[in-house]
Amino acid sequence: MLRRIWAVVVKELRQLSRDRMTFGMIVMIPLVQLMLFGYAINTDARHLPAGLVNLSDSAYSRALVKAVEATQVVDFKNRYLSAAEAEAAITRGEVKAVLYLGADLEERLVRHPAFAGQAYFAEPVGQWLVDGSDTVVASTIRSLRQMPLDEIAGRAVKSNPPSFEVVQYFNPEQRSVVNIVPGLLGVILTMTMVMFTSAAIVREREQGNMEFLITTPVRPLELMLGKITPYVLVGFVQLAIILTAGHLLFAVPIRGGLDSIALAAMLFICASLTLGLVISTIAKTQLQSMQMTVFILLPSILLSGFMFPYEAMPVAAQWIAEALPATHFMRMSRAIVLRDAQVSDLQFDALWMIGFTCLGLLVASLRFSKRLD
Amino acid sequence: MSAQQVSAGGLVAGTSAAETSSTASEFAIETRGMTRAFGGINAVEDLDLAIPKGTIYGFLGPNGCGKSTSIRMLTGLLSPTSGDIRVLGETLPGAEEKLRRRIGYMTQKFSLYDNLSVRENLEFVAQIYGLNRRQTKARLAELLSLYDLAGREKQMAGSMSGGQKQRLALAAATLHHPELLFLDEPTSAVDPENRREFWERLFDLCAQGTTILVSTHYMDEAERCHGLAILERGIKRADGSPQQLMAAMGARVVEVSGEDLRKLKQSLISDANVLSAAQIGSRLRVLVQSSIADPLAWLSPRVAGRALTEVRPSLEDVFVTCTGGRAQLMPPNGSQATTEEAQDAT
Repeated sequence: MLRRIWAVVVKELRQLSRDRMTFGMIVMIPLVQLMLFGYAINTDARHLPAGLVNLSDSAYSRALVKAVEATQVVDFKNRYLSAAEAEAAITRGEVKAVLYLGADLEERLVRHPAFAGQAYFAEPVGQWLVDGSDTVVASTIRSLRQMPLDEIAGRAVKSNPPSFEVVQYFNPEQRSVVNIVPGLLGVILTMTMVMFTSAAIVREREQGNMEFLITTPVRPLELMLGKITPYVLVGFVQLAIILTAGHLLFAVPIRGGLDSIALAAMLFICASLTLGLVISTIAKTQLQSMQMTVFILLPSILLSGFMFPYEAMPVAAQWIAEALPATHFMRMSRAIVLRDAQVSDLQFDALWMIGFTCLGLLVASLRFSKRLD
Repeated sequence: MSAQQVSAGGLVAGTSAAETSSTASEFAIETRGMTRAFGGINAVEDLDLAIPKGTIYGFLGPNGCGKSTSIRMLTGLLSPTSGDIRVLGETLPGAEEKLRRRIGYMTQKFSLYDNLSVRENLEFVAQIYGLNRRQTKARLAELLSLYDLAGREKQMAGSMSGGQKQRLALAAATLHHPELLFLDEPTSAVDPENRREFWERLFDLCAQGTTILVSTHYMDEAERCHGLAILERGIKRADGSPQQLMAAMGARVVEVSGEDLRKLKQSLISDANVLSAAQIGSRLRVLVQSSIADPLAWLSPRVAGRALTEVRPSLEDVFVTCTGGRAQLMPPNGSQATTEEAQDAT
């Protein structure tokens, strides 16, 4: 039995080493994706194109506009003469938001606590019109609501102390890339692991190797184990690439032990590989196996907590997310890499992936019949 | 279809052979009523076979006649829709895994790995069959020299010629010394010289006691078999040794030589007693129903003074006679002859 598994492993490794393209992809996919996501994904919106309707046109209004621009949240690209004109510009998509300063800006300003330092009966000094369809844009603009007005007043203004103080652990500078790199581990491993194995059985069938193979004494489980073992190695190569590049290029801290990371990755790689095998026993052609891989990949990116917080999703979506190995790994990798958690702290996720792997292997072996009908 | 089936029923020889041999173990393959349907259409219909051990048996027929489907059922890759199958004394379906070590299968399409070398391919197969390192080394050396692959161990299988690929495939299929070897159109991608050589190797294997079932659409290959079955649209039209089939053919062969043979062919073929007329160079080969007692005398007024000679039938003539719906035209005495011949064979 071990000899036959080993025979399949050696065969797969030899074939893999001769497939230059695939070999290159094993290295290039994680590097390119890491660069793309590391530099491109940023949830802190900056330099949003904005418009200005300034009916006041006073020294104060100009100072206020300068102060807003100084936050770098918005760049004022255009000026409009009326609110109606500004609304039309938002509709056209010319600007994402418009700051409306009324003719009575000065009167509002002098009564405002952030300016006067005393609590009068106050109204806001101006109004933001926002294209709220993009929630990230909207919430970024909302963060300007409490903007201090010290600079316009030209002096320090005593303001109310905040109700809470917030201490930010693990990522004090609030850089999104710190959270993205450990998450990207899950996405990239899902993609390559599921993709490689989902094609594994189908390819042999398409190329005609299967008809010979199934007349030999090789057992389905032996074939399955032999097929996935080489890709465990591939998974670890990718893991090393992502963590090293993430650490060197994006200064992502690696706080957890490498042994914990390796163990969590091992569980996840096995779970993803068996998922790919199950696909491979269902798909009839390599194209179908690709389509099914994408079908798994999209929720693994969108629902696993990689892009959006798991806790914010409705319960039904959380159930779907729980079914995906990527969700469990996302949790584990972030916990270990960023928070120095141990695998023993994450027993539920670890056990779940072990269960998934066993079930997957069983289903794949049962589904793979040594027959053609 | 059914009408054809009925008329063909009389022609099918060997049925009696299968019946008389149910207890004997001298047969490597025995089937009765083996049928396989795909979506309501029978790819193989009611096939009775009795293939003696240590012989080379051929399936002769055009593409899509059910050769591959039959082989797949006999190797346990496909389940029959109905019928009984016994291979090497084991009943199928059910004993597939038991039989894996006793049978070898060379698929129609090259089924080893193009991006592995000759040695790597054979090593893989050897390990799958459970040979240890020492056994593998010895067997590989044996196979490489036997199949003329020595010196090519490091060549990728994908870069080899048709003949080399075929020898590699045969080496892989016989690596574990199977008692029964299935070859599905083994020579379709091979030139005639390599085909001759290939058949020599098959007879070597046969001499060592291996039973071989080979499917082909080449007449010259079929003629080399000890016994063969002519298949058409999943139905066995005739079986027996090539000599028996030629002797028992329900038609006689006359060659006409002369000018303007294309026109003559058109006029002859319209007669119901002429089963077929095919031009071979400057001669026209005419198959005349055996109900015509003297084909030369019958033909001479119809060929406008061209020269006539009766010749020995070839396997191709047998094939033409019993396929393409011409079997329907077989007179009763034609089928009589086949049945008698089958009894002679047992």
